[in-house]
Amino acid sequence: MKQFIFDAVVIGGGAAGMAAALELDSRGNSVLVLDREESLGGILMQCIHNGFGLIEFDEELTGPEFAQRFEEKLHTRNIQVLLKTTVLDIREENEHKVIYAISPKQGMMHIEARAIVLAMGCRERNRGNIRIPGTRPAGIYTAGLAQRLVNIEGYIPGKDVVIIGSGDIGLIMARRMSWSGCKVHAVIEILPYPSGLTRNIVQCLNDFAIPLYLSHLVTNIYGKDRVEGIEVAPIEAGALISEKAFRIACDTVLLSVGLVPENELSRNAGIEIQPSTNGPWVDSTLMTTMPGIFACGNVLHVHDLVDYVVEEARRAGANAAAWLSGYRPVREIRVKTGSNIRYIMPMRVNPERENRLYMRALVVKNDARLDVRLDGTVVRSRKLAHVQPSEMLSLTLKPEELAVAGRDSTLEIALI
Amino acid sequence: MKELICITCPMGCHLSIDIDEHSEMKVTGNRCIRGEQYAREEILNPKRVVTYTCEALLPENFPVANGSEVLHRVPVRTTNAFPKERIPELIAALRALSIRVPVERGDIVIKDALGTGIDVIATRSYSLE
Repeated sequence: MKQFIFDAVVIGGGAAGMAAALELDSRGNSVLVLDREESLGGILMQCIHNGFGLIEFDEELTGPEFAQRFEEKLHTRNIQVLLKTTVLDIREENEHKVIYAISPKQGMMHIEARAIVLAMGCRERNRGNIRIPGTRPAGIYTAGLAQRLVNIEGYIPGKDVVIIGSGDIGLIMARRMSWSGCKVHAVIEILPYPSGLTRNIVQCLNDFAIPLYLSHLVTNIYGKDRVEGIEVAPIEAGALISEKAFRIACDTVLLSVGLVPENELSRNAGIEIQPSTNGPWVDSTLMTTMPGIFACGNVLHVHDLVDYVVEEARRAGANAAAWLSGYRPVREIRVKTGSNIRYIMPMRVNPERENRLYMRALVVKNDARLDVRLDGTVVRSRKLAHVQPSEMLSLTLKPEELAVAGRDSTLEIALI
Repeated sequence: MKELICITCPMGCHLSIDIDEHSEMKVTGNRCIRGEQYAREEILNPKRVVTYTCEALLPENFPVANGSEVLHRVPVRTTNAFPKERIPELIAALRALSIRVPVERGDIVIKDALGTGIDVIATRSYSLE
């Protein structure tokens, strides 16, 4: 078995992993990046549409362009990367962190690290997760899998398509399939409002006159060998109206019904997972419940912009570097979700440093206000013209704003 | 009367556009000036950035290991937003296009597409190692 020793190992070579690795490297640590795919870039490589990098590069780039800019930086810095490499296990052995990984080229590997950054991303929820009744024919795909087939492999999964869920990947695929000569008959959304960005509704559905059925549920999938159609019924005043159910003929169903952080490795390693995010619990430095193991990007919580992912990943990389050189926060304040807030990331703030917080709203609201309270006293209040669950909120708290915090203080953020 | 949703920011204002007999445009429903600008552009000259992936072609006589190497497609985009009504024509051209690899990110694969002055460029480098 091959043996390696590094200061830090980053698991996952997508946007988060690359940004974290660059930060660790720039602070003088030896870094190894592991990725199971045959190239760096993660999910960005199949996101060939534009809209990436407005914050990071002040330009509108496609996914591959965004990824390649980071890849080139890794290359310039001579950062070690192992591709087609699958991590099997993370363990503590004799007070060292050890990663077991495998690849066709290297075989089985035993990699020792003083710090680890988890950047494995997320995966799509599938039919089983949302329990759509019906037969089990061919032609049912998650939107991201269809995106990979069309954009990278060059296969068209079907001709007559219905998309279930109005997440951004589903909307982007509605346009992509239309451009590829397929007919997208409908997008079905269970909620009364779309889950994707407004610009995607306009550019991906309205441009192609694709109907969006809000407050509708897919109640059946038909077809023996291949999908032949679906049955849809409206939801009115919270109740499913079966009498109004109708059928849409199609040969392909794409599911765009949300993403789940991919934390099997973290769980096996004994890292505590938060139910509100499905990602690891982390402190103010983005360190998980296992000392020296950090998390960032979509494995921590699902982001809507890659620009936010790299910002967070840089922080995780910088914090991992600080941890390696012996820094430990003296004290941390507990962060609590107030009204209309689903989660706040991270779950602790450090009153001695600047704290960047990301959060998600539970509601759609115009003319809202975000109140930050330290032990009941408002330390920051911000007006927001429009909030919705699909658009992440962010906030940076300065040490001065947390100066009066005591040992048992609590910081609460609420949307009013 | 035309209805549009403004996509300049996440507010998503619902715009109504009235065009009178003198072709004067009146925009209502916008909460800021950008909504009016968006409506004018969208009515008079709608444009979109087009992204696609094209077939990748190996150099002739290039040895393919085991005959099993999957040749991935090359992603491309227009350098600027492209006139919306001509997108189907552009897509047809992209579907027929094979890109000879190796190719560098930013390489022009179609110069002055359909005479619009807009180029189509590769968005990913594709090397043969």
